Order: sequence, then structure tokens, then C-alpha cells
Amino acid sequence: MADNNTNQKTASQSEKKSETFFDKLRRIFGGQNASYTLKRPLRKWWLLFMGPVTAAFIIGFVWPFIQGIYLSFCNFRLVSDAEFIGFDNYAKAFSDQSFMRSFWYTGLFALTSLVIINVLAFAVALALTQNVRGSNLFRTVFFMPNLIGGIVLGYIWSMIFDGILSNFGTSILQNSTWGFWGLIILICWQQIGYMMIIYIAGLNAVPEDMLEAAKIDGATRWQTLWKVTIPNVMPSITICTFLSLTNGFKLFDQNLALTGGQPIVMQDGVAIKQTEMLALNIYSTFYGTNTAARGTAQAKAVIFFILVAAIGLAQLAYTRKKEVQQ
Amino acid sequence: MKDNKATKAVNNIDPALLESAKKVDRKKNKTALMVVLSVISIVYVLPVLAVLINAFKNNTYVKTDTFALPLNDMWAGFSNFEKGMTFGNYPFIDSVLNSLIITLLSTFLIVLCTSMAAWYIARVNSFLCKVIYFLCVFSMVVPFQMVMFTLSKTADTLKLNTPWTIPIVYLGFGAGLAIFMFVGFVKSIPIEIEEAAAIDGCGPIRTYFTIVFPMLRPTMISVGILEIMWIWNDYLLPYLVLDINKYRTIPIHIQYLKGSYGAVDLGASMALILMSIIPVIVFYLVCQKYIIKGVAAGAVKG
Repeated sequence: MADNNTNQKTASQSEKKSETFFDKLRRIFGGQNASYTLKRPLRKWWLLFMGPVTAAFIIGFVWPFIQGIYLSFCNFRLVSDAEFIGFDNYAKAFSDQSFMRSFWYTGLFALTSLVIINVLAFAVALALTQNVRGSNLFRTVFFMPNLIGGIVLGYIWSMIFDGILSNFGTSILQNSTWGFWGLIILICWQQIGYMMIIYIAGLNAVPEDMLEAAKIDGATRWQTLWKVTIPNVMPSITICTFLSLTNGFKLFDQNLALTGGQPIVMQDGVAIKQTEMLALNIYSTFYGTNTAARGTAQAKAVIFFILVAAIGLAQLAYTRKKEVQQ
Repeated sequence: MKDNKATKAVNNIDPALLESAKKVDRKKNKTALMVVLSVISIVYVLPVLAVLINAFKNNTYVKTDTFALPLNDMWAGFSNFEKGMTFGNYPFIDSVLNSLIITLLSTFLIVLCTSMAAWYIARVNSFLCKVIYFLCVFSMVVPFQMVMFTLSKTADTLKLNTPWTIPIVYLGFGAGLAIFMFVGFVKSIPIEIEEAAAIDGCGPIRTYFTIVFPMLRPTMISVGILEIMWIWNDYLLPYLVLDINKYRTIPIHIQYLKGSYGAVDLGASMALILMSIIPVIVFYLVCQKYIIKGVAAGAVKG
């Protein structure tokens, strides 16, 4: 005990010395500064509180990220044999037809799914907030597909689509149009429930008196929806729009399990997977048979990251702007 | 507009009558809405029902009679389930166990470690804390493909390729959202309670576990739910990090069956899928309230 006490004393003495002039002022004028009573002892335990997360974060994110950026400028098969080659990988990535195709394909897919998911999810949320009997049960059902993983979903739907399409002598792997719309149906089935939850939260927060005022003023239902409800749920709409956009861009599991990029079409002597999205394209470049293309794959990954991060930052800027306006 | 005037005119004449007429109208509308929603719900459940039907169907009929009930010679009984257990040269029960170990251990680690770190970050708020916090928020917008190759190599060198060690990778890659949510919540609770404890001589560890921990519980449930949903269904990270010949999770196992499409026993695969969906649906029905709350909280912050 005594030992412990002296230890603490010396510790607090040494900390007193490191106090800045302002800290002293604060201590003199503000009496015992409240936040310091907590901060000081807490700081001594930094290793326990911050250590595990920081270490894991460096292993799981910081180091791979830095290494990834560096490797995008290198030629490598393993990590140890990397040699610096400058922007060659990026040039190769942009001249890669399969990459450019998956880029436009992903953009088209993300926008289509964005519109369909949000319109349907909003409609369902609106219907469920009308005090219909059994809305809880409906909500439960609509949200359920969210808990099933992308791989399993892909497998389930490929069975269903093949069950339907086999009657017409085709399969989802043979026709890229079916592949596209099949994936849209799958993703709607999965994500409408998720967006619906966010919209319901937004709709429940619409002030009751505003709706009542609109009713008293003789507004039709349609007018109330456009002039009162939608402006009030704008924050939810923003969140859902960006969420479905980033989800669309990052989609991988469902794409892999449903079509895996098939069918393959030869174009100018290059095999191009017709329903391959960006994430899957990067994956197959990394782990395909051509290990020399790993540098290109890493460059593609960096481009992909910049794209997704730009959407994320746009969302942040947009929500910030909204907050200021309110 | 004409309609409006008309209703106003009616309104002037006999409000009580109009009110009752409107009520009847609304009731009709609600019934119609309920019918529409019921139909959509049934369509929504159909894919799961299709899995249920086909799990009991003989393999040869799955592709030709996908939507028929498994009657007469289509009926396979539980033979699909028996076959499924050892399907793909890997015992299904092992992949279930691996998935369970990874999900539970990772979620426990993430909730405990990130909540401690978030409390430290929010209360100490030094320069280094701000840097780490910023990096965590930043990591939320980084897609997995960006780090997948280097991360799997790093994990390999550090021997993080077993179900018992992969939670460290999850803690690192999943820290972002958890830290973000916890810091947001800690900042909203008054510091005075913790300070009072500190003045009374309560050390940081005791303060954390007896005072902060209980207050954080709602956020912990939200974070826990989000992490469970992510990790249980995650395919690519464990596929690249784990030693795939020894350890498979459920999504990896199912993707392996799919890999050899055509030659695969579809009936048995459906039995496996059914077995992997049922626990998820039970979990969902039991914890529905928390799951929906957690999703709403996570979405608003993310």
C-alpha cells in the first residue's frame, strides 16, 4: 500500500511539472478542474483501454491499407517481390476492357437498384404507418431477407430463376439481361426491408400537428405527401439513397453466387464476363490464373476505393449542409 | 379543387354525417391496403418456402419441378439432410461450429474492446485519440477489396488463420463503425457521474465496469447485432484469411457446393441451406425488437 502511494505521488508530481501555463490558470481559477479528476487516472491506463483496438486496427486496417496503396505502384506476385514501376498499373487498369465494362455495368446497376429499392421501400413504409392491422407482422416479413447472407441468397435465387427459366429452355447463366434483372430482383428482395425500417423511423418522426394542419386546410392526400411528409423525411431519404448507392457499388457476394459474372462473351479476342461487377472484377483479377496481373488488380482496388469514398464524402457533405440549413 | 369545394359545402351542411361516411371510406381503404400487403408478404416468403419444398425433394426433380410440392416419387424424406451433413467432403457441423465460434468471439471482442477505447477517446480526447478516431471513421468508407490481398497476407504471416485468432482481424477491420457509434453515445452521457465516482476514489477500471458499462448497454446491443449480422454472413474475409482446407464457415461451405454446379446434388444443397437459414430466422424472431432498433441506429449514424 505504502509503495503504491508513493508511486502515485511521484506520478502526480511529475505530471504537475508537465502542466502548461494554461492548465495552471484553469486550476487556479476554476478550482479543481472536474474533467482532470477523470482524465489523469484514465490516462495511466491507456494501454489497457486503447491497446487492443489500436493493435488490431493496425493489423487489420492501417498496415494493409498503406501496403495496398504502395503495391498499386508495384509489380508483384507475392508481397515480398514487389518492385516499383510507377503508374503503369493504373494505365493498365484503365485500358482493361473488362474493368471498364464492369465499371459502367456497376454504375447502371447501382442507379437502377437505387431507384427501385427506394421507391418501393418508401411506399411500403408509408403503407405500414397507416395503422393497418398486422403492420408488425408485415414489417417482420419484409425485413427477414436481410438476415440471410449474400451467398445463400444467391444460391436460393439461382435455383428459383433456373426453375422458371428452364421452362423456356434457358438459364440465368446464359443471358446477361436475365442476369442483370435477376440480380436487381434479388437485391430488392433483400434490401427493401432494410430501407423500409429507416423510412418508418423517419415517417414516425413527422410532426403530427403539421399533418393535422394540412388536413384542416383541405389538402388532398397527394398534396400532403409531397408538401408535408416528404420534406420532413428528407434526412431518411438522403441516408437511404446513399446507402443503396454504396451497397450497389460494393456488391460482391450476391453477384458471385448468382451468376459469377457469366455469361462470357469474346470481344476483340478478350473474354469479357457480361454480368461482372467492380468488386468481383477486382477479385478475379487478383486470384485469377494470371498472377502477374496482381499489381493491376491492386490499382483497380485503389480506383474502386476512391470511387466509393467519394460517394461517402458526398453524403457527409450533403448531410452537413442540410444540418446547417435546419 | 372542385372536390374540395364540394366537401366543404357538405361539411357546412352536416359534419356528423360526413364524418361517419369518411370513417367507412377509410376502413375500406385500410382493408384494401391490408389485402395488398398480405399478398406482397406471401410473395416475399415464397423463396424461403421454395427452399423448404426442395429440401425434401429428390435431386433430379429440383431443377425440373422447382415449384411443385414434393409428393409421390419426388418425396425424398430426410435423406437430403443426411447426405448434406457430409456433403462437399467437409462435415457441415464443423462449418456451423466454426461460424459460431468466429461470430461470437469476434462480436464479444469488438463490443468489449471498442467500447473501452471509445470511452477513452471521448473522455481523454488527446491529439492521438483524435487521430485514431479519424482513422476509424475513415475506415468505414474503405471497401474490403482495397485491403483484401494485403490483409490476407498479413494475417497469414501473423498466423491469424484459425477460427480462434481471426477475431483479431475482425476487431481491426470492424472497429470503425463500433468506435463511431460508441463515441457518439459516450459524448451524449453527462461526464459528471463518472467524475463523481473519480472524486470518490473510484479507479478508471472500476468506473468503466460499474458505471459506464451499464449506461452503454443499449448501444452495445445495437453494435452487437450489427456485428453478428455482418460476421455470420461474411464470405470473402474468412475465405481469404482462414486456412480453407481445415476451416470453413457456412457461407464458404455453401459457395464450395455452388462452385461445382451441375454435378452437385441440388436437393442436398437445399437441405443445407434450410439448415443454415433456420437458426437465423429463429434468432431474428426472438431478438426482432433489438435487431430493428440496432439497424435503425446503425443506419442513422453510418
